[in-house]
Amino acid sequence: MTPTLPNPAQPDLTLILPCILLTPLASAGLALIHQGLGRSRSAAHAMLATLCALAVAAIAFTLLGNHFAGYPNGPAHTLPITGYQWNWLGNLPRNSPANLPLILQVFTVGLAAIIPLSAGTDRWRLAPICLATAVFAAFLYPILSHWVWASGWLAQLGQNFHLAPFQDFGGAAVIQVPGGLMALSVAWILGPRRGKYSAGQATAIPGHNIVQVLFGCLLALIGFIALESAACLLFSNGQPGELPALVLNAVLSASAGCLAAVLTTQIRYRKPDASLSANGWIAGLVAGSAGCQWVSPTAAILIAAVAGLLTTYLVEILELRLLVDDPGGAISVHAASGLWGLLAFGLFTIQPGNSHQNHLLAQLIGIATLVGFLLPLIHATNLLLNRFLPYRVDRDGDWQGMDIRELGSGAYPEFVIHADEFVPR
Amino acid sequence: MKLIGCLLLLSGWVIALAALVMLSAFAQRAAFIAAGLGTEILGLALLTRAYTAQQRRQK
Repeated sequence: MTPTLPNPAQPDLTLILPCILLTPLASAGLALIHQGLGRSRSAAHAMLATLCALAVAAIAFTLLGNHFAGYPNGPAHTLPITGYQWNWLGNLPRNSPANLPLILQVFTVGLAAIIPLSAGTDRWRLAPICLATAVFAAFLYPILSHWVWASGWLAQLGQNFHLAPFQDFGGAAVIQVPGGLMALSVAWILGPRRGKYSAGQATAIPGHNIVQVLFGCLLALIGFIALESAACLLFSNGQPGELPALVLNAVLSASAGCLAAVLTTQIRYRKPDASLSANGWIAGLVAGSAGCQWVSPTAAILIAAVAGLLTTYLVEILELRLLVDDPGGAISVHAASGLWGLLAFGLFTIQPGNSHQNHLLAQLIGIATLVGFLLPLIHATNLLLNRFLPYRVDRDGDWQGMDIRELGSGAYPEFVIHADEFVPR
Repeated sequence: MKLIGCLLLLSGWVIALAALVMLSAFAQRAAFIAAGLGTEILGLALLTRAYTAQQRRQK
């Protein structure tokens, strides 16, 4: 069976709409994880930054990005400017088949846009966050979205170059890796939090609310299942009968990723690490999302377990050896695990109608595109934006925390511990 | 060093693309795509090293 492009003219709304509407839970989960892994003095700022990023991404993608991204069997690279009306981009037709992919992608672009917030926690200012998000949603995200999900050249490797098509069912290449690469670029530009590296050693700055982090993992599971289901139905010609296997794969991926991280940290540190285990859970979901529709449950467990293991080591290597301060582990969880998931999909799955070798080669070309084309593009864009609007908060803001510096009040005002309360009376 | 790293990343992608467009045999394509990925890894390593050195200086 050779995969064919879906026909969005006759979508099964009763199935697709609930999936699309549950997708924002992935963003909610990630927001809780990012906020919980940051410091309490920047908690409100982290949540507001998430909301602003989601809002800016939705508007920028609808106004601009959507016209470049397109949808399967539909036009792309079009910008319908309709005369002298105030709504210069034109009205979307109410019953257009383009609306369903648009609604899904309004949520997925937001999900991709909030990933780098994790790497910039405690030091990335709100205004540059909005600017970077707008550029990302309008110009950077649509490139891969079009190439992979909307019949672009990566999706047509089979027809044009006698290979298998590059495939990404759940958004590893379209959402997770671009978000993770953006996180890497932002972490490089911002530098570490003040006090993170002192006297030649890295100082541990633990997250302030690990319960929120773990609850965020549960929310993210529902969101990821919904996102993968909707993406498979809309972009990969998935059939409703395939969804139970997809859901099972997602649950197994999260479980295997989390357990691998729990075991690894238990063996290495003699106690399981809650924040790394949460990262393992998400890493498993991310790695499993690439081939969620086709991989066998055993392969899903194996792929996610490797992702969970990889994450625990990569977080440490980035922090201690490469001096990259990524409080939420976004680079390891989203970029590295996403790339591993795309590769593993080529290694463990045989695409119907194509040879195993061709499928693996197609996946490698997709990976080469993400690292070789998208990373320099993202980094150059961030360097340019940083010149116009500096990303990093000033020195005082670093110590005060982003809540006081940018919002004027803290997230937990009644929990402030005053030093004089502990003075013996 | 950062610029060279970025250029190596792009070069690796171009090598992989060239393999796709100019070659047809599987073995040749695979070899060129592997070479492209190798170049990208080199570029990423160089970029990472440049930023690590910068952080060390600032520390």
